[in-house]
Amino acid sequence: MSKQKMPFSRRRFLATTALGAAAAASGSLAMPSVLRAQGGAVKLGLLHPVTGALSYSGQQGRIGATMAVDEINAAGGIKGLGKIDPVLGDAQSTPDGGTAEVEKMNAAEVPCIVGGYASSICLAVSQAAARYDLPYVVDVGVADSIVTRGLKNTFRFGPGFGVIAKTALDNLTVINDAAGKPAKTVIIVHEDSLFGSGLAKLLNAQLPPKGFEILETIPHPTPTRDFNNVVLKIKAQNPDLVIPADYYNEYVLLARTMLEQHVRPKGIYSVLGGAASSYKFLKDFPEAAKYIMDCNHWFNPKSAKALELKKKVEDKGQFFTYELYMNYTAVQLVADALEHAASTDRAKLTAALANSTFSGHIMPYGPTKFVNGQNEGAAPVNTQVLDNDIKVILPPEFANAKAVFPIPA
Amino acid sequence: MLSPIILITAVLNGLMTGAVYALVALGLTLIYGVLHIINFAHGALLSAALFAAFFAYQKLGLDPYFAAFLLAPGFFALGYALQRFVIGPASHGDDRNMLLVTLGLAVLIENALLYEFRADTRTVELAYSFKTVNFGFTFLSVSRLISFVAVFVVALVLWLIMALTDTGKAIRAVAKEKLGAELAGIDVTHIYAMTFGLGTACVAIAACLLIPTYYANPSAGNAFVLVAFTIVVLGGMGSVPGALIGGLVIGVVESLGGFFFGESLGQVGIFLIFIAVLLLRPRGLFGVSA
Amino acid sequence: MRGLLAIAFVVAALAAVPLFVHSNVVLNFLVVTLMIGLAGQGWNIIGGYGGQYSFGHAAFFGTGAYVTAILQVHYGVNAWIGFLAGIIAGAAVGGIIGGLAFRAGLRSSYFALVTLAFAEVLRILASVAPITGAGVGLLVKLDLRAQSFQFQSRAVFYYVVLALVAIGLLIAQWLERSRFGVWLIAVRENEDAAMALGVDATAVKLVAMIISAAITAAAGCFYVQYFLFIDSPIAYGTWISIEALLTPIIGGVGTVFGALLGALVVKSLGEGAKFVTGDVPGLDLMIYGVMLVLVIAFAPRGLVGALADARAGLTRRFGAGAPRKIAEVARG
Repeated sequence: MSKQKMPFSRRRFLATTALGAAAAASGSLAMPSVLRAQGGAVKLGLLHPVTGALSYSGQQGRIGATMAVDEINAAGGIKGLGKIDPVLGDAQSTPDGGTAEVEKMNAAEVPCIVGGYASSICLAVSQAAARYDLPYVVDVGVADSIVTRGLKNTFRFGPGFGVIAKTALDNLTVINDAAGKPAKTVIIVHEDSLFGSGLAKLLNAQLPPKGFEILETIPHPTPTRDFNNVVLKIKAQNPDLVIPADYYNEYVLLARTMLEQHVRPKGIYSVLGGAASSYKFLKDFPEAAKYIMDCNHWFNPKSAKALELKKKVEDKGQFFTYELYMNYTAVQLVADALEHAASTDRAKLTAALANSTFSGHIMPYGPTKFVNGQNEGAAPVNTQVLDNDIKVILPPEFANAKAVFPIPA
Repeated sequence: MLSPIILITAVLNGLMTGAVYALVALGLTLIYGVLHIINFAHGALLSAALFAAFFAYQKLGLDPYFAAFLLAPGFFALGYALQRFVIGPASHGDDRNMLLVTLGLAVLIENALLYEFRADTRTVELAYSFKTVNFGFTFLSVSRLISFVAVFVVALVLWLIMALTDTGKAIRAVAKEKLGAELAGIDVTHIYAMTFGLGTACVAIAACLLIPTYYANPSAGNAFVLVAFTIVVLGGMGSVPGALIGGLVIGVVESLGGFFFGESLGQVGIFLIFIAVLLLRPRGLFGVSA
Repeated sequence: MRGLLAIAFVVAALAAVPLFVHSNVVLNFLVVTLMIGLAGQGWNIIGGYGGQYSFGHAAFFGTGAYVTAILQVHYGVNAWIGFLAGIIAGAAVGGIIGGLAFRAGLRSSYFALVTLAFAEVLRILASVAPITGAGVGLLVKLDLRAQSFQFQSRAVFYYVVLALVAIGLLIAQWLERSRFGVWLIAVRENEDAAMALGVDATAVKLVAMIISAAITAAAGCFYVQYFLFIDSPIAYGTWISIEALLTPIIGGVGTVFGALLGALVVKSLGEGAKFVTGDVPGLDLMIYGVMLVLVIAFAPRGLVGALADARAGLTRRFGAGAPRKIAEVARG
């Protein structure tokens, strides 16, 4: 600290000038997106957490979104409006990062924003966009609260928690019944943030009425360095079913540890399991992945377009993950709505989205119908790792394999 | 569920996990004991080392346990250079500045990894990755057993270096009394750099021991840093045996805590110990009175 | 008097900004920047003036945030009352942590680590306790009316946070002028000598800690009103502990304007780095890290310190009165 005191006035003056300069500089620096825009009639905000904790998912999401944009542009853009000019934003894996990007995208006059990924980011983004009546399409974020706050601008094409949990339980009962009810006891392993805790709560409420007994619910933080004790608890209680709800890294550690410790329940049934329906997991650990079931976002395996896209992605050396095709589809949804609105006016686009009957997409959903921003046709499917591939086992109209349950000894 | 077998297994798990924590903490305690700074870049360096171990396997086909012999000297050099040419000069000798410089380095390293290697996790699968040894009542992972032994070996080597070599004695001298050591002719700048290098080498070895059962991504190292701080404080800043024992204790506490109170809440046990030690016996188990 | 004039000038200048700047991008940026600056002002009281570097100021930010969120969401308490309650709760936590740490005689790195540990404990507890919504977090109901401390216009939020920052500036100014401040700075410079002179170091540090915690808690309460969502990693995460200490250190630790200047510079650097690097993930933050190292290397007393050094440098080079002469010439 300065031992020699300066007269306050001079130092203060210099300091305040610096403050002023900084404030002015910050003003001019905060306008990059307008300068970055490349030209193209229809702007579209693509907002993903490409840096920070969620960067892998964010980057996959961005890839999916930009692939859709490129395909649409290659086919001549949106009918009547022209090519799409994507405005990319980095949510930095935080709600305030997402909010700042919304402001920039709004200033760049985008008619719509797609993305978010994590529920906490989606909540902040939808709110920030609502101030400007700027339509916002959630790519993944499953928290029910995203669409139940009465925000007219927020739309979600994919399913939310409530639907996913319900479908997962219904399907579990179906699979269990079909096999002669071998499973009765359950242990739930979940990560302790919004996603995992919310799900665990729902499962705890809805499993017992269906005749399942929950032996224990094991929460753990993200990241967790080691699952040996979690697996020890599972081993000690020997449940028929293990239900994990985790992000990718933790799921992998859990599955590996279970394999190592020779813990073989009758089934591993994930709900939104981070790795359970991941090609990367399958590729890296085929042994640990065998027979794992998941109720999760997935593409329609009977859709030729989906398989074509899958091949395209894999040829580039990427994995065909849910962030990718959900963003791909979300962008297509917006393009379709823009075409119907025949305008980039936000109010018209919002109306077009609300009335959308978007079809011909690669997701295994029922007919598109938005109620309060949620697509009622959206649903998860059940997958299982069989024959070194991920197959859909339920619902029957999208299935390309039969469930194997219980896991063969 | 409280059967002795389960408890013993939990304790054994804790010991093995704790051993790796101890190795990470070893590096940190050396750096703290001598330079008197909390090295914020420790976690990022661990992440970098995990990537190095991953690529050593993927590109060079080197088994991690052999790669350690390559990476330890490599990271030693990196640590030496960082302290000598970046941290030292930038800090102007002020402890608090050193903190900030290491923080800046942490941000730089982590994001450089992100930029270069993206965020997807990389894992290796080795022939022995899933192999376990059957102890009758439980299976213990082969890799973790090897790590356990390796950590003791490294700790022993480190202790021998500190006790018997000239450099080691110089390091201890600087840690105890920097001015006196300088007056006695010891090149403090060089010693600081050597210490940082040793600490970073420990991190590299820890990464090689971890990679068979863990993963590499830009933020993987962060998960270990706070635990490592706790161990450094518990064991006594600057004490090698302290870090070792502290690591094992923390490992067991974490394991049992997680077992009885849940993995999330169990982590609190670590920090409560941390706080208790700081408030009641700040010099830790083996440290010198501040 | 001069100090108060300077504060008035700065606050008035900042208050004028929304009159000329209507871009919500900039206003949002400034609101967040001022909020971080506020948190930094809190840190500056105990860290800058007191010399006790806390690495766990998230403990106060998060407590303020959660208390106001919990009161609004679970008990329907008015948002303004919640705001006050949050500040008081934060101050109380400051008193507890400070009391424990200072009474145990913890200094320097030990103090830093214990504050870090407390923040972590709170983070973990908040991530499992039902009342905080545990992992799910708390969502405050969107209700854009003044009585709910929510506003349609970003400019109003800006004025609110500016008012809080102004209070922070006044508190720092008071500290520099008061006897309490002299004691605190004496403790910072040499605690043992201060005690030998009769200063009750523990009590002084404790009071400073409580004030410090209250200011940072106010930033936390503001966060909740602005973003309407809080969860454990946001409330008690290391990000805010780091931002709270970074801004005064960059701007000028132990000075009235340091935290504010630091916040503006750090946040602008962040934006600037993003601008330069475009959309490549990680590159902008890399530049951020490099800048941090460079600032420490070349301006270790922060910007205010660097300006002071510049003035001293001019004096040395050109003789006493040189800066004034140069300024006169510059004025023409």
